[in-house]
Amino acid sequence: MTIRRHHDMGGLDAGSVDASEHDYAMWEKRVDAIVKVLSTPERKLLSTDELRRGIEELGPGVYDELSYYERWISSATNILLEKGTITVDELATKMAEVEARWTKDRESAS
Amino acid sequence: MSHDHTHDHDHDHDDAHPYQPDIEDFPFSERMVMTQAVAELIIEKGICSADELRAQIELMDSREPGLGAKLVAKTWVDPDYKARVLEDVAAAAAEIGIDIGEIPIKAIENTDDVHNVVVCTLCSCYPRMLIGLPPDWYKSRAYRSRTVKEPRKVLEEFGTHIADDVEVRVHDSTADLRYIVLPARPKGTEGWDEAKLAELITRDSMVGVTPAKSPEDI
Amino acid sequence: MDEGPGERILSAGRYHPGDRVRVREAFPPGHVRTPYFVRGCAGEVQECAGAYPNPEELAYGRDGKPDIPLYRVSFLQSEVWHGYDGPGADTIVIDIYEHWLEPAQ
Repeated sequence: MTIRRHHDMGGLDAGSVDASEHDYAMWEKRVDAIVKVLSTPERKLLSTDELRRGIEELGPGVYDELSYYERWISSATNILLEKGTITVDELATKMAEVEARWTKDRESAS
Repeated sequence: MSHDHTHDHDHDHDDAHPYQPDIEDFPFSERMVMTQAVAELIIEKGICSADELRAQIELMDSREPGLGAKLVAKTWVDPDYKARVLEDVAAAAAEIGIDIGEIPIKAIENTDDVHNVVVCTLCSCYPRMLIGLPPDWYKSRAYRSRTVKEPRKVLEEFGTHIADDVEVRVHDSTADLRYIVLPARPKGTEGWDEAKLAELITRDSMVGVTPAKSPEDI
Repeated sequence: MDEGPGERILSAGRYHPGDRVRVREAFPPGHVRTPYFVRGCAGEVQECAGAYPNPEELAYGRDGKPDIPLYRVSFLQSEVWHGYDGPGADTIVIDIYEHWLEPAQ
């Protein structure tokens, strides 16, 4: 009886390696920075190990649909909610506010 | 490109939510919104400052393959330095002004007998502080799944052929150690100075999917 | 005195360079840093790479103490993969925590 978890992919078949690259978007760099800042020894609000575990727990479908840094922010946010560093309600309010602001910015720019 | 903001916030526009030119070019996604929301919340709660986030972004922007190339070039001209790099990358990097931070990096040397290639099958561990953020392919399913079981085929896809009498040694960075490959010094570079040698040392050669460039390549 | 992470531990761990070891054939759920593909395989210890807090514990917000010795273990590719397509000398080196290793014959 063996369990192979979805992220544990060494040795599975796959197509050829696509060597194309993309420049990191600002939001992706921001995810990286958020994780690093939360992980400092003084804060310990998130560890690399927790982040990895959270990514592994996203589950097969989500894991494959999301991009690398989308997985990072999904995991980090879940961990922060688990620990109560932020609350679901705070996040709901803030996400709505950001979305409204950006929608307005985009409309006024076009 | 600039445009007017009409926010009713009382904090500095540039502080918690700087203008993001990238979002004007394509639709913003849920996770982009989530990222911004988390950033603003942790700043508002005093967990960190906008400056600290900005400084962290700038730090990672400053890390790029040229740093690793400088270190490798020095190992090519100075055998004692190479020995120190093989013993302790953090200390050796510090000697040339590079602070690699807390995460240990180990150097593995390509020789006439061994060609090394690095992968992280479980996530995407990479020696970021020495060579910058990893390319997409390093994090891809295809690289992570196939490099461990058919490294020579993967290397061929990068245009790299390793002779049968040379061992291909794959390193799966499963724990805290990150790895940097010291590519072999190409022939025809006798008398070159370190700066010129560094031009031959590509990011891909420090991951191990290619050798260093040859003099003919530059 | 606490040794920092990454300090070489030459003799404090259970295994030493040259020891033949086998990876535990266990398949738990949860956060594991021993890849699936190497479980049950036998290899040779190259070196002890220091001792670190247990990632399986850190992943759940615990401190992972006491530190566990970490070994660089080399496996012949031909012994890991059925039908490995390459020379017999090709190897793969994996960093494995002590509690995932057993002595091999």
